[in-house]
Amino acid sequence: MNVSLRWLEDFLRRRLDVKDVTERLAMLGAPVDAVEPLHADLTDILIGLVEEVRPHPNADRLRVCIVNDGTQERRNVVCGAANVESGRKYPFAPVGATLPGGLRIEKRKLRGETSEGMLCSARELGLGQDGDGIWELGTDAPPGSRLLEALPIADHRLQVDVGPNRPDLLGHKGVARELSASYGAQFRLPVIPGSPTIDVPPVRRVGDSGPVGGVRAAIEDIEGCPRLLAAVIRGIRVGPSPDWLARRLETAGVRSINNVVDATNYVMLELNQPMHAYDIARLRGPSVVARKGRAGETVVTLDGVDRKLTPDMTVIADDGGAIGVAGVMGGAATEVTSETAELFLECAYFTPGGIRRTRRTLGLSTEASYRFERGIDRWGGVEALRRCIEIIGATAGGELVGAPVDVGPGPANPPRVFLRPSRVTQVLGVELPWQSLESYLVAIGATLVSKPEDGRIAVEVPSWRPDLNREVDLIEEIARLHGYEKFPADLRPFRTGALRDAPIERAATELRRGLARQGLFEVSPLPTAPADGPESVRLLNPLSSTDGYLRRRLLPGLVRLVEQGNWAHHVSDVRLFEIGTVFIAAPAGRRPREERHVAAVLTGHRTPPHWTGSGQEWIDMWDLKGHFEAATALAIPQGTVQVEGSEWIAKDQEGRTVGRAGPIKADAPPWAAPLFGYELQLDPVVRRPPRFAALPSTPSSERVLALLLAEKTTVREVEEVLRRVGGELLESVAVASDYRGPELPASRRSVAFRLTFRARDRTLRDPEVDALEARMLATLTTELGIQRRDAGSRGGGE
Amino acid sequence: MANPTGYPELDALLPRLDAIPSLEVDALASELIAVLGRKNGALTEALKSVASLPMDQRKGYGAAVNGLKASFEAAFAARRESLDTDRQRQEAAGVDLTMPARRRWVGSEHPVTRVVDEIVEIFRGIGFTVAVGPEVETDWYNFTALNFPEDHPAMDMHDTLYVDAPPVAGEQGGRLLLRTHTSPVQIRAMLESAPPVRVIIPGLVYRNDPFDASHAPAFSQIEGLAVDEGISFVDLKATLIHFAHRFFSSSTKVRFRPSFFPFTEPSAEMDVECQLCHGSGCPACKGTGWMEILGCGMVHPAVFEHSGIDAERYTGWAFGMGPHRIAMLRYGVPDIRLLYEGDMRFLEQFVPGGRRGSGARPERSEGAAGQG
Repeated sequence: MNVSLRWLEDFLRRRLDVKDVTERLAMLGAPVDAVEPLHADLTDILIGLVEEVRPHPNADRLRVCIVNDGTQERRNVVCGAANVESGRKYPFAPVGATLPGGLRIEKRKLRGETSEGMLCSARELGLGQDGDGIWELGTDAPPGSRLLEALPIADHRLQVDVGPNRPDLLGHKGVARELSASYGAQFRLPVIPGSPTIDVPPVRRVGDSGPVGGVRAAIEDIEGCPRLLAAVIRGIRVGPSPDWLARRLETAGVRSINNVVDATNYVMLELNQPMHAYDIARLRGPSVVARKGRAGETVVTLDGVDRKLTPDMTVIADDGGAIGVAGVMGGAATEVTSETAELFLECAYFTPGGIRRTRRTLGLSTEASYRFERGIDRWGGVEALRRCIEIIGATAGGELVGAPVDVGPGPANPPRVFLRPSRVTQVLGVELPWQSLESYLVAIGATLVSKPEDGRIAVEVPSWRPDLNREVDLIEEIARLHGYEKFPADLRPFRTGALRDAPIERAATELRRGLARQGLFEVSPLPTAPADGPESVRLLNPLSSTDGYLRRRLLPGLVRLVEQGNWAHHVSDVRLFEIGTVFIAAPAGRRPREERHVAAVLTGHRTPPHWTGSGQEWIDMWDLKGHFEAATALAIPQGTVQVEGSEWIAKDQEGRTVGRAGPIKADAPPWAAPLFGYELQLDPVVRRPPRFAALPSTPSSERVLALLLAEKTTVREVEEVLRRVGGELLESVAVASDYRGPELPASRRSVAFRLTFRARDRTLRDPEVDALEARMLATLTTELGIQRRDAGSRGGGE
Repeated sequence: MANPTGYPELDALLPRLDAIPSLEVDALASELIAVLGRKNGALTEALKSVASLPMDQRKGYGAAVNGLKASFEAAFAARRESLDTDRQRQEAAGVDLTMPARRRWVGSEHPVTRVVDEIVEIFRGIGFTVAVGPEVETDWYNFTALNFPEDHPAMDMHDTLYVDAPPVAGEQGGRLLLRTHTSPVQIRAMLESAPPVRVIIPGLVYRNDPFDASHAPAFSQIEGLAVDEGISFVDLKATLIHFAHRFFSSSTKVRFRPSFFPFTEPSAEMDVECQLCHGSGCPACKGTGWMEILGCGMVHPAVFEHSGIDAERYTGWAFGMGPHRIAMLRYGVPDIRLLYEGDMRFLEQFVPGGRRGSGARPERSEGAAGQG
């Protein structure tokens, strides 16, 4: 909502400081997003008093004026305007001043006479259309005063952010009401310049239809239009609006069109009542009806677009059909033009929900629909209609034909809300005196119907506040007007919550920290993706046609980050992970299943390359396996990493596959290192803390076993045998090397295992370890056909 | 000079003890053998001779030998160490110590996660626990239960992304959508537990907003809810001021302004003093000196009614804020898209201890290309 500071000043009958107003509005709940000073380009213009006018010696149409600009000296100004007179004041642009168009005033000679400045017309100052003569000022300000200070033309446009609950603030009156409560001052409708020429009789209330000035005004769609006020004015002269009116509208961001349309717009901006004027001469038949649209019906709206109407919409129609979309936009056929002499003025209340549906169906949002949709003052129509008639009278003349009519079922009892002072205390936490409650409610226009009785008060809420329906709505008003800043802020005792931490969040946090410790960076790309298998969840209204689904896996998104976020910028060392939600389609009528996953991608150097030559190797599959094992341990308690085909998988305790790791194909530049990745499902079970195991107090004994394995025998199989035979005495098994070479028997490899033996209760002696080692070898030979590599080459090949 | 022992043959060794600190490497080695050598070392021999002494002299003499032995051992060790240090120093003298260190890769959590974690920690400290909920919700959880009137302009603040699937039946069903805020989790928490409820809810939320410098179609939100008997607007203010003082600084100015949310009333917006200009006004705060940090308010009775909580007996307050936006303010990130792109050069800037400590800056990738 664009608000004119001057307009507010006219309401409050006082000068306002823009910073102060901004501050107050913010604290009242209507923050000002931007302040735009208007006519700041007139800063250089002064008030000049013409003390003498002489004919120009060399030009018939020019005059030489002696101008008093407040200094000791007098300025010679050559002026071409016919209306310049001595003893009068005019806007004076001295030498050095810049006019709104950018013209810089300089001292120069005009036909031999020196001119030191310029007397200006209103048009030259951007203040109106009048360019016929210079602008005579009826001001008491002394010569030399700044024009902006002497005249009320400078203004500020305030962009007020009005919440959807406060339609009343979409008019200047509503904003003025808030400020009047804040300043503790009265507010009244501003005086319209020009004497009122139309005497408005009281409106005549009729049922569902009634005549006004020979036109039948009627409501057929009582649901969409419960109230329609109308008046007929004849003998008007449509023309440009006076400057004050045009300027007001422009300040509020509305273009001036003509005096009639401007009058309706003025009322909308002032009283938040959108209105519409029809040219009676262009009506087909003497009636204006608010009714439902008809199937197949169309209307060309003011913007020249042919609109399809539907039976869901409320339309305004004459005897020939629709002439406007009610509450959204009028029709072009009955538009007021310069020829119009007789007007039908519509001032209606349209139901918010209906207008909202209509403007969405039509895809047409207007100043009017915006207001109706939020709910205008249901009983504010009379004031608005009178105001509009008054302005039209003052700017376009004419006379009212008959009394205005008020069609509709008539006012119901104003809504009543009960307020308990005890509840105010319960919600706000402080006890406010009864007098304060009363004064705050009165300030917003509510009426207190009763004194406290049974601990409660009946309050009639004002009709311009459709947001006030329940007790708590009044409590908010009280808190707002009391001032949020006045409430204390002492931390009072509290009870802790009954819910425990969500286990999945705990698990995710631990996992995240663990992965960061391993040198990975957390990322969080957008969770939308292209389709990824039949279980992908599709969006109805996606933002991007390529990413029209919710992701089914995290990994493809991470690969995209490597390609587009890093390789594209020539970054080759990339290590990213994400913990996020994936979505799996469910049977119709059910929410999709959501799983929390973790995924990572790795490429580039294993460690930062160093000048000593270390760290030159790429990350390889064994790095990946290490990362995968570490992530599995963090993500899945009791989870294991196993081999499946040519990739690694993670299994949970129940043996379900919950993750995979392997090399990744990507759109890689030629210089890129191989890319690896994994993805795992995060298990939400509560993690048990680690248990301390007593540190050993006995020495260990180490052996290296070099074994010849058949190609298809796996290290895991060997390890299982070693552990089974070694029992408790075998503390650990490590692979020291894996060697293949021509000197080995065909299709065998040599794997060296480093075994650590330890007895917890005694020092192991060599003979005992020797015996155990011999048993291990014997079992390996029997079960897996494994021989020890000959004793001379311990440790495997190099 | 070391103290005499009173045994002439032992005291004869004392000058040699005093000479040790000036011995060079080779001399030190031969002197060690001469004095402590297992075969003919002077003190080894002296110790052996103890056995041949009369009983009454053994103890005194033995103690003297052992004392002297300890002194020699200590002197040898000290000299060896000082020689080692000298050697290292000499070696180091030829090395350019400004050469770069050998570093390791470090990683870190996302800057937005860091903000979320910090917020969660502050609220954990005052009795909150973490709650989460699904990202695909029904109309009922996302809007109806939170008192959004149907066909009301309040809905315009939540441009919603819908799932292309049939609606969920039942009272709590409706069209499937991507939650537009974390507030549905409030409803879930209240349906799950009777008061007192005190939860903090982090999570991703979705809007049908184009992806530009200041908007993203999915972003993080963190929400808090406290419900109990006797909870009031004063508690809301007090708790959130406590939060602001912990998260920003204890001298940060805070203000509350009226605002509107369908699910709270009274509703408020909390501003904190602009962290860049400290209130004097700058482009970042549009000259106001304030920065909007969170929305909050007293839980609307209609929300309690939908959540099966007695709105007469219990009151509550809730707040919500956007960690993405706070991360942008805190770290000076000018474009929200940077938080989604996964660019290592961006992420490396948020390593704890700073970029230098991280050693995370790789060599020029063109160089790396040569090896690949």
